[in-house]
Amino acid sequence: MKRLACLTPLLLAACSRNPSAVLDAASPSARATGWLFWFFLAVNGVIWLLVLGFLFYFLWRRRERTLTAPLIQADAAVERKLITRVGLAIGATVIILTLFVGVSYAVDRQLLAFQRRPQLEIEVTAHQWWWEVRYLSDQPSDIFVTANEIHVPLNTRVKLKLQSTDVIHSLWFPNLSGKRDIIPGHDGEMVILADRAGVWKGRCGEFCGLQHTYMELRLVAEPKAQFQTWEAAQRLPAADPVTAEALRGQQVFNGGPCAACHAIRTTTTASYSTNAPDLTHLKSRTTIGAGAAPNTKGYLSGWINDPHAMKPGVHMPAIQQNSKDHQALLAYLEGLK
Amino acid sequence: MKWQQVYEENPPLDSDLDDAELDARLAETWRQPHGLIGWFMSTDHKEIGRRYIITAFCHLLLAGLLAMIIRLQLAFPGMHLLSPDLYNQIFTTHGTVMMFLFAVPMVEGMMVYLVPLMVGSRIIAFPRLNAFSYYMYLFGGLMVWIAFFINSGPDAGWFAYVPLSGPEFGAGKRSDIWAQMITFTEVAGLAVALEIIVTILKFRAPGMTLNRLPIFVWASLVTSLMIALSMPSIVTTSTFLILDRLVGTHFFNPAEGGDSLLWQHLFWYFAHPEVYIVFLPPVGLAAHVIETFCRRRVFGYPAVVLAIIGQGFLSFGLWVHHMYATGLPHLGNSFFEASSVSIAIPSGTIIFCWLATIATGRVKIGVPMLWIISFFVLFVLGGLTGVMVASVPFDLQATDTYAIVGHLHFVLVGGTVALLLAAAWFWFPKITGRMLDDRLGTVQWALFLIGALVAFSAMFALGLSGMTRRVYTYPQGIGWDTLNLIASLGAWSIGLSFLLMLLNIFRALSRPRGGASNPYNASGLEWMVASPPPVYNYLRIPVIDSRTPLWNQPDSIGAVVGLRVDEREVLVTSAITTMPHMRDHVVAPSLWPFINSVVFTIMLIGSIYTPKAMVWGAVPVAIALIGWLYPRRVLAPRPEEVPS
Repeated sequence: MKRLACLTPLLLAACSRNPSAVLDAASPSARATGWLFWFFLAVNGVIWLLVLGFLFYFLWRRRERTLTAPLIQADAAVERKLITRVGLAIGATVIILTLFVGVSYAVDRQLLAFQRRPQLEIEVTAHQWWWEVRYLSDQPSDIFVTANEIHVPLNTRVKLKLQSTDVIHSLWFPNLSGKRDIIPGHDGEMVILADRAGVWKGRCGEFCGLQHTYMELRLVAEPKAQFQTWEAAQRLPAADPVTAEALRGQQVFNGGPCAACHAIRTTTTASYSTNAPDLTHLKSRTTIGAGAAPNTKGYLSGWINDPHAMKPGVHMPAIQQNSKDHQALLAYLEGLK
Repeated sequence: MKWQQVYEENPPLDSDLDDAELDARLAETWRQPHGLIGWFMSTDHKEIGRRYIITAFCHLLLAGLLAMIIRLQLAFPGMHLLSPDLYNQIFTTHGTVMMFLFAVPMVEGMMVYLVPLMVGSRIIAFPRLNAFSYYMYLFGGLMVWIAFFINSGPDAGWFAYVPLSGPEFGAGKRSDIWAQMITFTEVAGLAVALEIIVTILKFRAPGMTLNRLPIFVWASLVTSLMIALSMPSIVTTSTFLILDRLVGTHFFNPAEGGDSLLWQHLFWYFAHPEVYIVFLPPVGLAAHVIETFCRRRVFGYPAVVLAIIGQGFLSFGLWVHHMYATGLPHLGNSFFEASSVSIAIPSGTIIFCWLATIATGRVKIGVPMLWIISFFVLFVLGGLTGVMVASVPFDLQATDTYAIVGHLHFVLVGGTVALLLAAAWFWFPKITGRMLDDRLGTVQWALFLIGALVAFSAMFALGLSGMTRRVYTYPQGIGWDTLNLIASLGAWSIGLSFLLMLLNIFRALSRPRGGASNPYNASGLEWMVASPPPVYNYLRIPVIDSRTPLWNQPDSIGAVVGLRVDEREVLVTSAITTMPHMRDHVVAPSLWPFINSVVFTIMLIGSIYTPKAMVWGAVPVAIALIGWLYPRRVLAPRPEEVPS
């Protein structure tokens, strides 16, 4: 079946080891959907070739150089034969379509079965244009918040409770599951179950304005022990600044415009920011600006100076600072592991 | 002036005159005014239809140019050619113009031009309404492009989902312009639908019973009924949007008890049938091309007609497949999956009937037939990918990705555009009296077919690689670079093919007229009259006794006589059996439709800026409407003159 597909340009998608490809499944449900795709592709590929084969065969066999006199009275015997053949073709269409609906329904039921009894709940809030991630727990002290990056333990059913504060967004992890629209006023949920370790990119599916392009939510699927280590670290307050420069950076952060939107928790009781990504463990994440740039010191510096150069239209304003303050702020932020 | 009926003794009738004199008298009676002001007075359905076609073609070229720019921006990773703001305006305008200002008006233009000719009538029903509808369409289209060029182009997608297009997040006047554009096109669309329904049901030549109706006329009837039934939904929802934005209602605001999902239901309840509104008339047109180039009647006329009616009917029951991801109940989604898939049965029926026609015909592969081949190649792919994305689990992966972009372009470019190009080639000699160049046409066809196949396959593959729609750029090295470049090359090939078409058209138009009335020896009534047809269409109203009159009765097409030649009169027949009912008086050319469209336009555009415009704007509208409808002296037939 796969060899057949290689004849088509679709192969380019199928064969590349693409971290966001639909067919590079990292969950049982994406695998089932991928299987469904190959099934559709195989049957439909045959149908397409058959239709075109008949078309070109008939065109070749019945070709004429000029417009001949029209055939006014068709041969009744030929017409009867045609009625039978067209009828058979329509019958075959009905059977194939019924098969498609049946198979698709079966896969749909299977996907539902994967979603039963979630073991972990995470609340994901979509904002223009970033993701707020809140790990829920029965213990209030275990709840923590991060942004634009989700860690999940392998082979665990994780329920994502989805909500939006502004426009319609849609969450999509191509390797893991289909999309779920996030509509203001309609809270939704999706269940994911990653069975392959890796960093799986999620994106916003529904057009949501200027920066729909850079609204990435990375999902890190890792073994349970590793996840628990990460989880424990996330619950901790921010690392204290160790150098004098970083200490000054903390003052810049708290005294300047940054703290108007962002929060860096220095105590366990401090609150998280919900208007902008929480920065308590900024350096534990791999990107800044929800996928706009890698999270390195250089990009971070550029981002603070002029976020619009990297992500035009982002709600964060450009921050005017003298270079000493800027360096100090960077030193502080770089320490937020 | 007092309204009165004037009866004349012995009015001049077409039965009394020979051909030459009749031609002269009718040409004088049906004459359209000349000059600049005369241009705005025309009520000739061929003139208005031609304007519709030319205007829609201009929209196609402009929106196509935007597609070329989009493909330039996406050809390479990290391009900075367009800002995200401009990119959003460009893709929104591309989609909006292609759907609302190219595809729908183009099929309307084809219907306005061809339906009265095909049914053997002198004119379309309600000719002034027809002129009015054209100017409304023209002004609505101009408004969108002017807004686009002054950086106020709509930017919330052609589907304008709330809340993004709503008062809180849709900045400026961009979404108001989008919503008001809907008003213009729906006024035009509803008017044309009404005219076409009445023309088909009441203006048919005697003998053209429903089982002899040309397939395009059937498709036009079904399409017009679909327009009349689906447009109220978008009328409602775009009015809600305008009210939310303009006067602070909360139809779509969840915080005040509104619901943004309501928009999606009402929008797709219109926009899914719309896909078939722009698909069925081209299917009807293509049936005539296939019949002519296969030299036999289309096989399975009842099956094809029923398939067209079936598609029209089913297309109202599958809008939810655009909304699988919104979290509707699973059982509901499965129901709409089954109904979506079932529309492939009538589509398949049409394709099999055409294959059977080709298999038993004697096929001359002219350029129109080449376009039919590209329909088979591309549209069948569109249908097959459509069956795939109708499946709920697969669609949840594919929706809002380039897989859908590829699928919808296979359907719309392979279905609507390829078949419209077949029709354009086929009827160009009839409309202009000149032939297009076959060699240029063949090159254009090849560039188009290869370009479309490459571009849309690459887009489908991009969707599977995870590329979401409406992104203005993408980083390097995530597997999208090569496929995007391939898609762009394919798209540019399509663009090049349209340049060749323009060249071909200009070369043809620079040659003198002198085309034969029936260069392809086709079977339809419209090939009976000169190319281009005279202003009155038919010297005498034909009487037909078969589905292919020019093939079955080439030298013996009968005529109904008794219509006056000194007055614009049409023959009105009964809806089913086409028995002559009465002679009806046709209104004269007039400037009132144009004046009305101007005052309506002022009111509608004014209302984008202030709700008060609906109040003061209503005054000139009322005056203009009174002027249009003011009773005049009418020359009516005596009751005893009505033929029975």
